[in-house]
Amino acid sequence: MDEQKKEEPKPAEAPAAGAEQKPASAAPKPPAKPAGPAPEPLDNELVRRLRARFGPAVGGATLDRKQAIVVVSRERFLELCRYLKDEEKFDFLTDLTGVDWLARRPRFEVILNLYSFSRNERLRLKVPVDDACPSVTSLWGTADWLERECFDMFGIQFPGHPGLKRILLPDGWKGHPLRKDYDILKQDTDWVRENLGIESGQ
Amino acid sequence: MDPQNVTTTVLGADEIILNMGPQHPSTHGVLRVKLKLDGEKVIGSECIIGYLHRGVEKIGENRTYPQFAPYVDRTDYVAAVSNGLGYCEAVEKLLGAEAPPRARWVRTILTELQRIASHLLWLGTHALDIGAITPVFYTFREREEILKIFEKYCGARLTTHAFRIGGLQYETYDGFEEEVKAFCRDFEKKVVEYEELLTENRIWVQRTRNVGILTPQDAIDMGATGPVLRGSGIRWDIRKAFPYAAYDQFQFDIPIGERGDTYDRYLVRMEEMRQSRRIVLQAVDSIPEGPILARVGKVIKPPPGEVYHSIEAPKGELGYYIVSDGTTQPYRLRIRPPSFINLEAFDKMVRGHLVADVVAIIGTLDIVLGEVDR
Repeated sequence: MDEQKKEEPKPAEAPAAGAEQKPASAAPKPPAKPAGPAPEPLDNELVRRLRARFGPAVGGATLDRKQAIVVVSRERFLELCRYLKDEEKFDFLTDLTGVDWLARRPRFEVILNLYSFSRNERLRLKVPVDDACPSVTSLWGTADWLERECFDMFGIQFPGHPGLKRILLPDGWKGHPLRKDYDILKQDTDWVRENLGIESGQ
Repeated sequence: MDPQNVTTTVLGADEIILNMGPQHPSTHGVLRVKLKLDGEKVIGSECIIGYLHRGVEKIGENRTYPQFAPYVDRTDYVAAVSNGLGYCEAVEKLLGAEAPPRARWVRTILTELQRIASHLLWLGTHALDIGAITPVFYTFREREEILKIFEKYCGARLTTHAFRIGGLQYETYDGFEEEVKAFCRDFEKKVVEYEELLTENRIWVQRTRNVGILTPQDAIDMGATGPVLRGSGIRWDIRKAFPYAAYDQFQFDIPIGERGDTYDRYLVRMEEMRQSRRIVLQAVDSIPEGPILARVGKVIKPPPGEVYHSIEAPKGELGYYIVSDGTTQPYRLRIRPPSFINLEAFDKMVRGHLVADVVAIIGTLDIVLGEVDR
């Protein structure tokens, strides 16, 4: 890779870099370095309050790269979000997205990135879902477009959403591109042929 | 004439749907807005986006970490340096690495210059949309100076790819500090020039005052960030809330608006340019010596896990959520686009205004369609 080759030589002149790297070994093996950050269990006040209130609906809580992550079951997800917003003051929905874990069951994870202005604290919620996740549009207006995008890209349904339809791709498109079984070169050729009048968009 | 016999024809008073865009000079790209009009008054709107969708997040999953870095420049293509900073810092956090101080200082300087350049582009085009032709010539003059600094630094003006994961690829060029300082020295007077053209210009004030009001509650509910949030009176800036790069080392203020209208957002961005200049001047005088690239290895292979890292881009909170499965490619790479989410508030802001104000409101949101559609 041209770029990776460019990346090292110059800074190697700097004192700290390159001390450990053997210039001869251009092998793909990464140089030995500290194991790096790893997720660890999280048990703080907030998690304890959530567990006391929602019991088994609160799954694992971890701290990854100093960021709090809580897994929530789908059944009490909306209720938990309302509690977080009203009682714990997580009033800002920074982001909502999904991850496709093709081999896992449930297959998808819906990720919510919450922020609280008064606590200056972030909290990430993960909801494992197969095909549908309750909509949080009633709590945060932002969720409208974000859930539409998540539906567009992953095909996850959001019951309770006021108008769930595609947002970035055209309405008639078939398939959900960010799914892991949707190849990067794949496209809805029928749609392209019908609407653009060409054989392929590539 | 007998009034009884007069037949009156009622003129059609139905609502009409007006399509604006995707090819329209004031939509700053390929935004299409479906306006529902009652006469000249907007009673509803729908943004139709995606014309520029390139599947950037999907591309991210199919490239190695360093390979993807140039792609982020092409999301918000008028603030490529900021995008690169957000991405590089996110991957560094994922690796557990940190850029050396010298790199953090230079990153801060270039990113703040980029903020000024992005705001200058916004100011020129926003004024142009509303009908003031002159400012764009003034702002592009100064923007050019910044782009020249970028070009000298990394060879590119727009899609700069200025940073590397772990720090910087290039040392600063000879005379970098002097040129940056010279720019800052002149720039103080230039901001005054823009303000003389607009701030107390009666037409400008009338076209922007009380137009597109976003209340603080709505701003939070709609997830607005950056100058849009601050224009509504919420003093929140990631540079202060979660300092990154070298921002914790410098003094600067966070300007806010009072009414949350287009004029307030204009004032906020004008003041932000001044504050950026202040940061650049502090940083350029104190660039530490030392290496510019941390030891991150030839092959970037973050341990399994995930990270969300966001920066205060010129448009708002630009976040990267990256899930690593321990390979050289991200398992999932999500870009939290400030333009996309700020645009969501458009409908709330535009209702009740006239068609002519729609243009002002699109301008005040400062969107870039490359980032909205990704």
